[in-house]
Amino acid sequence: MGFFDRFKVKKVEGVDDTMYLTLREERQITKENTKIIREFERQKNRKNVKEEEYLTQMKDPSNVVEFDNLHTYFFTEIGTVKAVNGVSFDIPQGKIVGVVGESGCGKSVTSLSLMQLVQAPQGQIVDGSIRYLDSSGKCYDIAKMPKDKMLEIRGKEISMIFQEPMTSLNPVFKIGEQMDEVVLLHVDGATPESAKARSIEMLNLVGIADVEKIYNNYPHELSGGMRQRVMIAMALACDPRLIIADEPTTALDVTIQAQILELLQNVKDKINGSIMLITHDLGVIAEMADLVVVMYAGRIIEKGTVHEIFKNPKHPYTIGLMKSKPSGDTQDDRLYSIKGQVPNPINMPDYCYFCNRCDHAMKICSEEYPELVEFSPTHMAACHLYYGKGLLEQKKGKE
Amino acid sequence: MWKYFLRRIALSLLILLGVSALIYLLTMLMPADYIDNQTSAAVQNGSMTLEDVQRLKELYGLADKSFTGIVKSYAAWLRSTMSGDLGFSFLYGRPVTDVLADYIWISFMIAFLSYIFQIIIGIPMGIKAAANQYSGYDYTVSVFAMAGTALPSFFLSALLMNVLSIKWGIFPLQGLVTATKIFPADAHFQILLDKVWHLILPITVLTVLNVGGTMRFTRTNMLEVLNSDYIRTARAKGLSEQVVTYKHAFRNTMIPLVTSLSGMLPGLFGGAMITETVFAIPGIGYMALRATRQGDIPFIMGYNMFLSILTVLGMLISDVMYMVVDPRVKLS
Repeated sequence: MGFFDRFKVKKVEGVDDTMYLTLREERQITKENTKIIREFERQKNRKNVKEEEYLTQMKDPSNVVEFDNLHTYFFTEIGTVKAVNGVSFDIPQGKIVGVVGESGCGKSVTSLSLMQLVQAPQGQIVDGSIRYLDSSGKCYDIAKMPKDKMLEIRGKEISMIFQEPMTSLNPVFKIGEQMDEVVLLHVDGATPESAKARSIEMLNLVGIADVEKIYNNYPHELSGGMRQRVMIAMALACDPRLIIADEPTTALDVTIQAQILELLQNVKDKINGSIMLITHDLGVIAEMADLVVVMYAGRIIEKGTVHEIFKNPKHPYTIGLMKSKPSGDTQDDRLYSIKGQVPNPINMPDYCYFCNRCDHAMKICSEEYPELVEFSPTHMAACHLYYGKGLLEQKKGKE
Repeated sequence: MWKYFLRRIALSLLILLGVSALIYLLTMLMPADYIDNQTSAAVQNGSMTLEDVQRLKELYGLADKSFTGIVKSYAAWLRSTMSGDLGFSFLYGRPVTDVLADYIWISFMIAFLSYIFQIIIGIPMGIKAAANQYSGYDYTVSVFAMAGTALPSFFLSALLMNVLSIKWGIFPLQGLVTATKIFPADAHFQILLDKVWHLILPITVLTVLNVGGTMRFTRTNMLEVLNSDYIRTARAKGLSEQVVTYKHAFRNTMIPLVTSLSGMLPGLFGGAMITETVFAIPGIGYMALRATRQGDIPFIMGYNMFLSILTVLGMLISDVMYMVVDPRVKLS
C-alpha cells in the first residue's frame, strides 16, 4: 500500500477490483444522493395525484402483475447499489411464480418494490414499471403510484408473508387484534364483530386448532410454525389477488416446511389468487412453482416454466444451481458448489456478472452483457453461449 | 410474583444497610465536623478554649473518631433509625424527619412539573425526529437537545437569571415569595400566583436540562422499533404511516420509556441541589447542601437514607411497570 493510500478512507470491493474512496468523493456521493432522494420522495409524497398519471395498460390481461425493466437502486454513502437492475417478468393469474437466486441477488427487493416497501429513503425505484391489474379491471403502474393510493392495495389486493415469523408479528398486540386490523381497514362496513368472525374463519382455514385461544394469545406464546400460519391467515384475510411469500419456510424446521407449503398451495386454489414465491430452495420451487425466474446480481439470467428450467437449464449459473442441489438418487460424495461469490453490486461491470465464476467463460463474456435468448416462447436465458459471437467462439474452440 | 417482591425487598434492605454504613463512615471521617465549623471563630478570638470544644464534641457524640468509636455511634444511629427516629438535626435544631417532611414538597413540586414538561415535550419530539430520521427537524431537535443536556445547570440558571430577571425584569431573581410584598392572610390565590411566578425559572432550567435526554432516549428506541420486522408487516397490511408510527411502533417504544420514566418518579422527592441553591429556593436539596457543608451528620444520614430508599423504590416501580407494559415479561 502506497503512502497516499493512507489518506484514502473507504475500501469498496467491486467484482474483481478494489477501490478506495477519498473523503471528498464520499462527500460528493452523499450530496448527490440527498438531491436524488429528495426528488424521488417528493414524487411519492404528492397528494391528490390524478389517476391518469399512473394508469396504464397490461400487455397481457391474463397477468396480475407485469414487471417491466424494473430498476431499484439504493443510494448508499459508498455509491449506488443497483439491487434490481432491469428485471422483467410476468405473474399470470392463478399461477405460482418462483423467484430463485442466492442471497443478495435482488429477489426480495423486487418483491418489496411491488409493495412499495423498499427501505426508504435510500432505496428508490428509479426506472421501469410494475403494472398491476386490480380486481375491478383497472391497471396501475405501482412504480409511479403515490404513497397514499398504495395503502389501498397493500394488504387488500397484494399481501405479503415474510421470512421471519418469529419477529414479523408485533409482540405487544394480541394475535386477534393484529388480524382484525386488516379486515377493519380494508373491508367496507366491517364491525369489530364481523372482523373477529373473519379472523377466526381465516385461522381455521390455515389449520389452527383451538382458534379461540390462539385469537387471544400474544405472539410470543406461539411456536414459529404457528406464527407463520397466523401470518398466512393475516395475508388471506381480504382475499388478495396476489400473495408474495418471501422465503416463507426458510426460518422453519423441515417438518413444518412441508406443512406450510402444502397450506399455501391449498389456499391459493381456494382464493384463486397468484403467488410470487421467493426462495433459494430449489426443492420448494420444483414442488410448488409453475413458472421460474432465476435472478443473479439484480438481473434475470433465465426464466421459463418449471419443466423447462429443471429438465433443460441453459445458463451456466442455473446448471450450477441444479448441480448443487442435494438429491437422493445420485451417489456423489460431495455436493457441488459454484466457486466464488455474488459480486458486490456497487460498480457492476458492463459485461456478464457471472463470467468470473463461470466454467464456460469466453473472451466475449468479459466484453459485453449478454442479451436474453429465446429457446421457447416461455424459456429464455441471458448467456453468450447461445448466440452471436459467443456461439461462433464456442464452435471455434471445439474445432 | 409476590415471592419475587419479597426477595427484592429483602435485597433492598441489605443494600440500604450497606449504603448507610458507608455514608456514616465517610461523613464521620470528614476533616472538620459540625462543632469545628461552629466554634472555629470563637476559638480564634479566644472566647472558647479547646477544652470547651472537646466538651461540646462529647456532648454531640463526635469526640471519638477511632474505628471502634465510629462503629459504636453507627450502631446507636442504626438502632434509633430502626425505631423510626432519625435523630435531631444539629443545624436546624429540629427532628430530621420534620425537616424532611417540611421541605420535600416544594422540591417535589418543582421536579414533578419539570418531569411532566419533560415528558410532554421530549417524547413527541423524539417520535417525530425518529420518524423523519436525518431530516432538518431531526438535526435541529437533536442539536438543541444536546446543547440543553450539555449545559451545566448553574450556568443555564445564571444565564436565565441575568437575561430574564436582571436585564428584563420579567421574573424574580431568587426565593419563593416576594419579600417586599405583604399579602393579606386570606389571599391564598395571590400567594399561590406569587409562588408560581418564582418557580417558573427553576422549572424551566430543570426542563431544559432533562428534555434532551428523554428526547434522545425516545428517538433511539423508536428508530430501533421502526426498523424491526413487525413494522414492515404493519406497513404491508396497508396501515397508514400515522397508525404505523403512533400505534404499532410507539406501543413498543413505550416499554423502555415507561420503565425508565416511572423509575424516576420517586427520585422527584430528592430535590435538585444545585438549581435550588442557585435560585435560593428552600427545598430539600438546598437544605441538604447547607447541612452537608456544616457537617450536620444526622441530617446528612437522614437525607442520604431517604435518597437511597427512593432509588430502591424507583427500581422496584420500574420492574412492576415493565411487567405492566410488556406482555412478554413475567416476574418470577
